[in-house]
This record gives sequence, C-alpha cells and structure tokens, in this order.
Amino acid sequence: MSDIFGNDPMLDMFIFETAQLIEQLEQSIIEIERVNCYTEDSINEIFRIMHTIKSSSAMMHYENISLIAHTIEDLFYFLREENPENIDCLKLTDIVLEGADFIKHETDKIVEGRKSDGDGSELINSIRDYLSELKLNNPQADDEEGKRPSKNEDAGNILEDCSNQISSMDFPNQNYKAVVYFEEGCQMENVRAFLVINNLKEIAENISYVPEDIIDNDDSIEIIKNNGFLISFKSDRSYKEIHEFLSHNVVFLKELELYEIKLGGYRQLVADNQDSKEPQFFSTRQSIISVNVHKLDKLMDLVGELVISEAMVLKNPDLNNLVLNNFQKSARQLQKITGELQDAVMSIRMVPLSATFQRMNRIVRDMSKKLEKEVRLELIGEETEVDKNIIDHISDPLMHLIRNSIDHGIEKSEERKAKNKPEFGTITLEAKNTGGDVLIIVKDDGRGLNKESILSKARKNGLVGKTERELTDKEIYSLILMAGFSTKEEVTEYSGRGVGMDVVNKNIDAIGGTVSIDSIEGEGTEITLKIPLTLAIIDSMTIKTGESLFSVPITSIRESFKARNEDIIIDSEGNEMIMIRGQCYAAVRLYELYKINTEVKNITDGIMLMVENNGDALCIFADEIIGEQEVVIKALPGYIRNLKKVRGLSGCTLLGDGSISLILDVGDLTASLKEGRMKI
Amino acid sequence: MTDLIAESLETSEDTQKGKFLTFLLGNEAYAIEIKFVIEMIGMQPITKVPELPEYVRGIINLRGKIVPVMDVRLRFKKEFKEYNDRTCIIVVDVDDILLGLIVDNISEVISIPDEEIVPPPEINKCAENKYIKGIGKVGSNVKLILDCKKLMNEKDIEAVTQERQL
Repeated sequence: MSDIFGNDPMLDMFIFETAQLIEQLEQSIIEIERVNCYTEDSINEIFRIMHTIKSSSAMMHYENISLIAHTIEDLFYFLREENPENIDCLKLTDIVLEGADFIKHETDKIVEGRKSDGDGSELINSIRDYLSELKLNNPQADDEEGKRPSKNEDAGNILEDCSNQISSMDFPNQNYKAVVYFEEGCQMENVRAFLVINNLKEIAENISYVPEDIIDNDDSIEIIKNNGFLISFKSDRSYKEIHEFLSHNVVFLKELELYEIKLGGYRQLVADNQDSKEPQFFSTRQSIISVNVHKLDKLMDLVGELVISEAMVLKNPDLNNLVLNNFQKSARQLQKITGELQDAVMSIRMVPLSATFQRMNRIVRDMSKKLEKEVRLELIGEETEVDKNIIDHISDPLMHLIRNSIDHGIEKSEERKAKNKPEFGTITLEAKNTGGDVLIIVKDDGRGLNKESILSKARKNGLVGKTERELTDKEIYSLILMAGFSTKEEVTEYSGRGVGMDVVNKNIDAIGGTVSIDSIEGEGTEITLKIPLTLAIIDSMTIKTGESLFSVPITSIRESFKARNEDIIIDSEGNEMIMIRGQCYAAVRLYELYKINTEVKNITDGIMLMVENNGDALCIFADEIIGEQEVVIKALPGYIRNLKKVRGLSGCTLLGDGSISLILDVGDLTASLKEGRMKI
Repeated sequence: MTDLIAESLETSEDTQKGKFLTFLLGNEAYAIEIKFVIEMIGMQPITKVPELPEYVRGIINLRGKIVPVMDVRLRFKKEFKEYNDRTCIIVVDVDDILLGLIVDNISEVISIPDEEIVPPPEINKCAENKYIKGIGKVGSNVKLILDCKKLMNEKDIEAVTQERQL
C-alpha cells in the first residue's frame, strides 16, 4: 500500500509543498516574534499559507489537516480584516505553531504510509475560543463580522489584495467591494455574474471579481451559489448611488452586501509599521524546479561514466608512441568540457544550508521559552551549499548541538547578570567553506565545559582509556561525544540521557566528517563539524597489492613512507607494529589481510601508508602507490552486499583504464581490527 | 490501465515462455530460462573482492556497470577449470540484481514445452540438486533446468559458517 502512495505524484507534490509551506510559515513566525509585531505583510503571508494548505489537503481528502488550516485561516482572516488592537502576540504565535506542528505531524504520517488520523478538534476549539475572545475585545469589528457569511475568505483574500493595491496606488476616490447573492434556483449564475460586471463598467473602473473565470469554469457556478459573487471596484459615485444601481441592474438578486473601503485606515497602518522596527524578510524564493533525487543520481552516474570513458579513450594504449597533434588538441577541448559538465552536475546537487539553519530557530524559540532562558540564535553563512545527501545527515546533529547548548551551556538571565554577561545568551550557527570541506560551527557564550566534571564522569563510566595526564584538552572534551555520557544529573525533556552527542558523532562520522570541541570555562563552547562537500566523488590515492587495486580516501591518509626492517616490532602473537617518531602503530599487510597473492612481501620493497580515522591510526603495507585521482564511488553490487558485508570496504570505483578499484573504508577497517572482528 | 500493463507483460513473457538458454559444465547440459538472461559475453578481466566465498570470483566492469561473477562450477562443488576462449559469462537479472555466471561454454537457445519438464527426484544426495528446478527432455538428451532465484538468494552454508567463525 505504501508503495502505491509513494508513487503517486500528486501525493508527493502535496507532501513536498506542505512541508515547504510549513517551513516558510515557521520562518515568518519566528521573524515576527523577533520584532514582536504582526505586520500586514506577515498576516497576509500566514493567511495565504494556511489557505493553500487548506485547499490542497481538502483536495487530497485529509479532512483533519484541512480543518486545522481552515480554522487558523479564519483567525487570520479576522486579524487581517479587522486589525484588532491589543493582540497577544505570544498567544497567537503559540497557536499558529501548534497548528503547524499538527500539520507537520500528520504529513509525516502520510509520508510513512500510515493513515493520517490525528484528531485536531481540541486545537480547533482552542483556536475558536481565542478568536471569539478577540472578537469580544473588538466589538465594533464583531458586528461586521456577524453580517458576513463565514465562507468568504477565499474571496476576501483577493478582495483584500486588490484593496491593498489600490491603497498603495494612493487613489483619492472611495472604493467599494460588494457581495452579490443570486436567488436559489435562478441557474446560470456565472452568466448573470458576468452581466453584473458588464453593467458595472458603466459607473466603475478597476473591477476585479471572484471567482475570476466565471464563464470558462463551470465550477464557478457552485462557488457563486455558496459564497456569493464578490466584486471590488473603484468608483466616484456615492455608496447610496452604487447600492441603488446594483439593486436595479441585477436580476434575481437575493441579497446585496456593499462595503466602502476607506483608505485612511490603511495609510495609518503603513505608517505604524514604519515606526516599529520593520522586520527584514529575506526573499528565499527563487525560480526553482523540483527534481527527483534519483534522476540526479542517475545523471551523476552517467557523468561519472563519461569521465571514465573519456580517460579510456584518451589514455588508450593504442595511442602510445604516436604523434597526434590535432588529436591532442581536440582531446584537451573534450577534457575541458567534461570537467565543466562534472562541476555543473555537482552544483545541481548542492543545496544551501539555510533551510536547515532556519529550522533551528524554532528549536531555540521553543526551548528558551520552556526553560525560561533568553537565547538568541545568530546565523552566519547560511547560504553555504553542500550536497543534498549531506544536508539530510546534519539536521539531526545540529538539533542536538543546539539543544545541548541551550540546556547545558546558556545560563539563566540572573546568573548571567551576576557574571557580567549580557542578559540574553547567544548561540551562533556558522557555516563556511574551506576547500573540500564545509565547517559548521555551533558556538555559545554559556558556561563552557568543565574539564574536571567530564573527567570524573568518564572515570565513573569507565570511558577513559589512557592515563588522565596524557589527555589533551581536546581529547577530554571529545569524551562527551561518547555514548552514555551525560554530565547532567537528571534526565529532562531535552537532554541528559547521554544519547545526543553520540548521535552527533555517529551521523557526522557516517558522512565522513569529524567533530571537534573547544571550550573556555565560563566563556562558552565551540563545536566544529567538519564535513566533506560531497559524497559521490572523492579524492583518493590508489594503491596496488598483487593484482588488486585499492583506493584510499585522501582525507584519511596521514602520510606514506618506506619502512625499514628495523622499525618493525613483532609481539608474542606475531602481530606486527611499527615505531614512528616515538609512537607505535599497528602494521597491516594488505595481502595478508585480504589473502591476495603478491611478490612483494619484504617490508622494504613495498610502501607504508599511514591512515587515520577519528584519532585511530594504523599503517597499511601495499606493493606500490599508483597515484592520486578523483574517483566516483559506486556501491558494491547488490548480490555481494546480500551475500555478506565485506569488512573494510565501502565500495568500488572504475579507474581510467576501465579496471576496478576497491575503496578502503578506513573507519570500518580500524573499528573491525580494534574489536577483533578481523584478524591480521 | 493496469489491464494494459498486465497484457503487455503477458505478451512479452509469452514469446519468452518455454525458451531456455543451454550451456555446458563438463559433460552436463544445463538450461536457464531466457527471461533472466541479459546478455552473454566472453571472459573479462575479473577484479577479486576479498572475504567472499571462492565461487564468487569477483567483479567485472560491464560498460560502466559493476557486475559480480560466480563460477557455477565451483558453486556446484566441481573442480576448477582454467578459463579458455570457450568460457563465457552469462549475465542474468533476477529481481533487479545482476549476476554473471561463468560457464564452460554456451550451446544454444531451445524450446522445452512444459509437458516435457519433469520435477527432479525428491531423494538425491547431489549438492546441486536444490538448485535444479526441473529436468527437461529434448529428444534423447536431458537438460538440467537451473533455478536462478535459488542460485542467487540462497546463502551458501559454507559462507555462513565461515562468517561465524571470523
């Protein structure tokens, strides 16, 4: 069943769009809260978002989502139309966020192929209560509201838009909007509506009406029947004149509502907004098409193959010893183009971090409210781009880091005041590019890490391996990344289970990144995530053992060197070790490890490659180094993956001459050796 | 809509139904259903992958696709035979998983009607028996019809025990 759902493009689109809208909504809400005022723009935006969600979810038959969206829409309709005073911003924000959470939760269910069965009635009631409370506080608005049928929002939206437009154009004339109801059973409502417009043209201009496509679209009949026909226009006649005109000219008229829009009110409002600090809305909307990631993956594969076959042609052994000037020229041109193509494809997969960063705003907001701490989140470099795959992996870690910072790091305001720090804590989330890596830095100005308490906790849990005096500051701090580590005495809603930092470490590790921590006690903590730009293509060193080729990611190579026989130490069990600059490393002969036939068995004939992952280093002995090149990572074929997990290999790649090289997974290799899952 | 798809599937299956590709392993003639076969190629340079059972010889580069190859002789516990210019790789696709089968030589494509196929005897000590789906009679000869799915999915007992030991 879930498969069928997954393949439904309509549903996909619905989920995608809703998720985006909710994200947009959260973003504007957070922005609103920062400046603590609901501007005309933001109210309109929320209204629009809710309206879209309402219609699309109703179309997909998700009644519960549609109802919630509808209720919030009602609320904002009221806010927008009546501009009530004394709005409790906090309460309003809470309501909207709760609604957004509900919708998010329900769409998550749909994504997982479950039934969207959440019951939003409680939430709806609380929103309705709030709305009626608002109405009570603004009685004059209430009167008008009572007159209007509640289904009019659709039309109201557009009406309002055009009146906005008019107000901004600063017309001196009075303007009107009208709702026309035809008698039931009069039939052909759309044609009648069209006649009204035609008649109206005699006395008015700038006419706009809802539904817009009255003649072409038969659905419009239903809309006019249910909601009435809405017109807004500009005219210099008086209210009375227009009312009379409409009453006389409309056949089968059942009811007519005519309103005058006063421009003064709007102008006043605009002026108010300028006084208060105008929030800056970054336009994140670009001209974008959404493409299935699988298609991009396919494109990436193809380009990878193109690069390989290019090398196969250009380095063809048949060409050896031939003087081919023209060929070389064309070949260089080809190389240039394929290189550019590769870059272009890579850039397609690059996505800015801003969406992920923005999401953190919400967490900071919720937590700082709950924990009664004042925290500000500063975002730097959110336009930095990384591969789509990587984005998916860092959202969770970032969330944990931010949570930790707020819960453990930032102190309460009184405590901060006593320490001569600014009352509100600041968390800085920064992203920047450094060559092949992206650095994401989470910095807080909280109380920092206490080395002593980390150490004592680590001792208690038996997590310290080396003698304590040998540990550097960084090593001590990185203890908090270990599973089951939490200095917090009690478990709270947000942290204390000692899982968070472990998740951070695992997730970052999975994408080939590293985590490092720095801290000054009393001044703050800085956690840096170093993440590769992309996963699909890596820079690697190719080495050879016997007939087999292996590629080692450059990022995990520390150095390569020729070993001397006297450097090798053999312990009682026959394990080999090598002493380098006073440090002892395990030496692994690749041919022994993977049982490969080779001539090169003498340690002085081959080459040593020191590889490192997360501080675990070891030396790999191979026959020779072939060279450095960029390779496209391919997974091992499905049959082999089903058969068994080959330890120490993360995949394979095709080299320029069409031969296959296996990619060594240094992390898995060191872990396997350490845990004794693999014997040397 | 779904009817249409089902129909087109049926017709394409129809033309392939009852057709088998036959090949030799030593003196025995085997057959596999033609619908699994993607292509047949001569011997290719094979890249060894460590830690795999012996019958998985490694992986080959099939025009940019990486395909594992299995020596069917070794899979059936027959002795290894040096590859020569008669040796072929039959690339099969079972449920979107590709596998190359190394066989001594490929003979022909033949039709074996359903009524000429008999199930293998229940009692049989031979190791390869569980991979034989049926026995097809063609004239005076018999062809052993391989069960591709089992060949691919059933984990070799040896490989599993080896894994446990490590």
